[in-house]
Amino acid sequence: MSSVAVLKGGRSLERQVSLRSGARVENALARLGHEVVGIDVGHDLVARLRAAAPDVAFVALHGRDGEDGIVQELLEALGIPYTASGVSACMRCSDKVVAKHAMRDAGIPTPDFYAFTETAFKELGAADALGAIEDRLRFPIVVKPADQGSALGIRFAASAADVPAAIVAAFSYSEKVLLERHVHGRELAVSILGDEALPIVEALPREEDFYDFSARYTIGRTEFVCPAELGDELSARAQAMALEVFRLLGCRGFARVDLMLEDGSDELYVLETNVIPGLTETSLLPQAAETAGISFDELIGRIVELAVPAAA
Amino acid sequence: MRVTPTRGGPGGLSQRRDLERYAALFASRTSVMKSSAMRDLMAITERPEVISLAGGLPDTSTFPAESLAALLSKLAATDSARALQYAPTEGMAAVGEAIARVMAAEGTEVDPEDVLVTTGGQQVIDLVCKTLVDPGDVIVAEAPTYPGAVPAFSAYQADVVQIAMDDDGMRVDELEETLGRLDREGRRPKFIYTIPTFQNPAGVTMSLPRRQRLVQVAHERELLVLEDNPYGLLRYEGDPLPTLRSLDGGEFVIYLGTFSKILSPGIRLGWTVAPGPVLEKMNLGKQASDLCSSSLSQLFVAAYFAEGRWEDYIASLRELYRRRRDTMLDALAEHLPREAAWTRPSGGLFIWATLPDYIDTTDLLALGLSRNVAFVPGRAAYLDGRGGSSMRLNFSGVDDDAIREGVRRIGEVVREQVELYGTLTGAAPSREQAEPAPTPPDPELANVLQLPDRAERDERRAR
Repeated sequence: MSSVAVLKGGRSLERQVSLRSGARVENALARLGHEVVGIDVGHDLVARLRAAAPDVAFVALHGRDGEDGIVQELLEALGIPYTASGVSACMRCSDKVVAKHAMRDAGIPTPDFYAFTETAFKELGAADALGAIEDRLRFPIVVKPADQGSALGIRFAASAADVPAAIVAAFSYSEKVLLERHVHGRELAVSILGDEALPIVEALPREEDFYDFSARYTIGRTEFVCPAELGDELSARAQAMALEVFRLLGCRGFARVDLMLEDGSDELYVLETNVIPGLTETSLLPQAAETAGISFDELIGRIVELAVPAAA
Repeated sequence: MRVTPTRGGPGGLSQRRDLERYAALFASRTSVMKSSAMRDLMAITERPEVISLAGGLPDTSTFPAESLAALLSKLAATDSARALQYAPTEGMAAVGEAIARVMAAEGTEVDPEDVLVTTGGQQVIDLVCKTLVDPGDVIVAEAPTYPGAVPAFSAYQADVVQIAMDDDGMRVDELEETLGRLDREGRRPKFIYTIPTFQNPAGVTMSLPRRQRLVQVAHERELLVLEDNPYGLLRYEGDPLPTLRSLDGGEFVIYLGTFSKILSPGIRLGWTVAPGPVLEKMNLGKQASDLCSSSLSQLFVAAYFAEGRWEDYIASLRELYRRRRDTMLDALAEHLPREAAWTRPSGGLFIWATLPDYIDTTDLLALGLSRNVAFVPGRAAYLDGRGGSSMRLNFSGVDDDAIREGVRRIGEVVREQVELYGTLTGAAPSREQAEPAPTPPDPELANVLQLPDRAERDERRAR
């Protein structure tokens, strides 16, 4: 039993999800007998951490500040052990472009992509290269903000005419935007806990609105199946690949790796890694843990145990 | 995100019991109750550092605190037992009289007996749906419509058909076409929902001929009209128009009124006047919902109206909001690029602005929030995904400086996006702002470039 500060909320666009994750984590920690302090992250974060002097901080933040290593850096400075990945892994994973380069360099398949800053378009004439990029990636092309954790700002461009507006939309969320080849196939999420891959969750769009991301992320429009019906060989391959990515990017504790299983080729492609995936009632990681026979309370207990450095 | 039963596999159903337990209990109507990324974004607009032009808030700080204190302490001293007790479902008689006076101020006569006092105007929308709408029934509404009505319509699984508007409000010709089409499909709408005066969100007002025609159409087809009129007394210029309810044929109109914008939304009091049989069902519906509206609030309203200063207070609100509207219109002209258009409301609380169609105002809101400014993305006012390039701006809830600064920040992010889009498409971005519109040498060229001049643009209103 120890005292745990649960960091939640904050200023990110995913504040609401984080508050739900945080509240659920707090309840679980209390049931496990820990002394719990919930902190809605704001200007007084350092003061509140100092006052609480917790044995460990449970980072239940999603998106900017929480998943990009900023809060982790602060916790390092204060000498407070914390859950999930360290600063450098957070930085690598929260920037999809950095993560994709790392995977490509390591030979892990990830959909082809090109990434640009606004400066590239405004000062270097990158718009002139769009035609060549479109030829290479082929339509539909996925346009994404580089560092936005949720589905916000992600667009499918079906033709060249859609690309500029999609890029404008993505720059609403990020300084950097990525154009990515769209892999048509099944969407899989592999959660990692400790050094083990949990059962795979598949996201199935309920309606034929495959290119409408906002609809897909609206309650009731997507259903989730766990364990995904993939067969042993494919499941093992996806889990091994997710674990390899987890290690490559230096993740710790837990994370969720999102993959695509391409129709026809049965090739797997890694899209991204979430260092602090959602922990709400309906989030994918808790669902995967339950399927593996790990209750939510046990899951949270394990995550806290994994946070405390063994040699400390 | 909703979790549904898995399709077998090891680990099976029993381990997901916890998740499934709730999902299996949800009524089918909850599947259309949407929780969206936009809703999460809207939650962030409430941070204190954000200048929010997103709300629909009246400025309650203008209500004299000493008046409130005097009224409440007198109420506590003289009528505390009644204030703490249940009230009749239809409302207290004294409130009915206050309502009759408010409606008379808009030229609408009503017998206090025909009034049902409700918990805000929102409850009227809910009760009308509860009374009239079966799953799949058609409701006709304006495009755009009041964003707060959308979840109510959705909760009753209505099929909402939205009718375009122009400067003169709902296009009644399009309404008639639509009714004809629905007729041929064997579908009869249950009611037509309209905010004829200073519409939320568009800010436009239905002209008198259209009002007359709408009531006539409803009469001919024996359709009910839900007339939502929260802002009628907040007119800043021009002559008042009659309510639909007061027109010949108005017996098919369900009238919705509220104290929210002329006194306080915090007291949660509204009302409805409806045809007898409808009112009776709504009364039963209200019994099931909440038995009665707050007695404390009702006695407060009765005392406030008995005091006789309510018209002065509304006059002071009119003066305040007129100035804020003008401030916002000036700021829009100064800060929005030429490609934008917006409405010029003669009353109410809202301006509807429409940007070039390549700008998505939901994404723009995320960018706006990074500069601490918020508005309502247009999509919230549609049930079919339209409205993506529009936004609703409120000018009543924040002071002049905040309006100016808020609009300046919105202008900044809009101009950034217009410029970026220009860079991406090779089209020359318009670096000029709206005000000093250079006269194009050739009017034909102006058309080709789609750069309407100022006068033309001012003609453009909500579409």
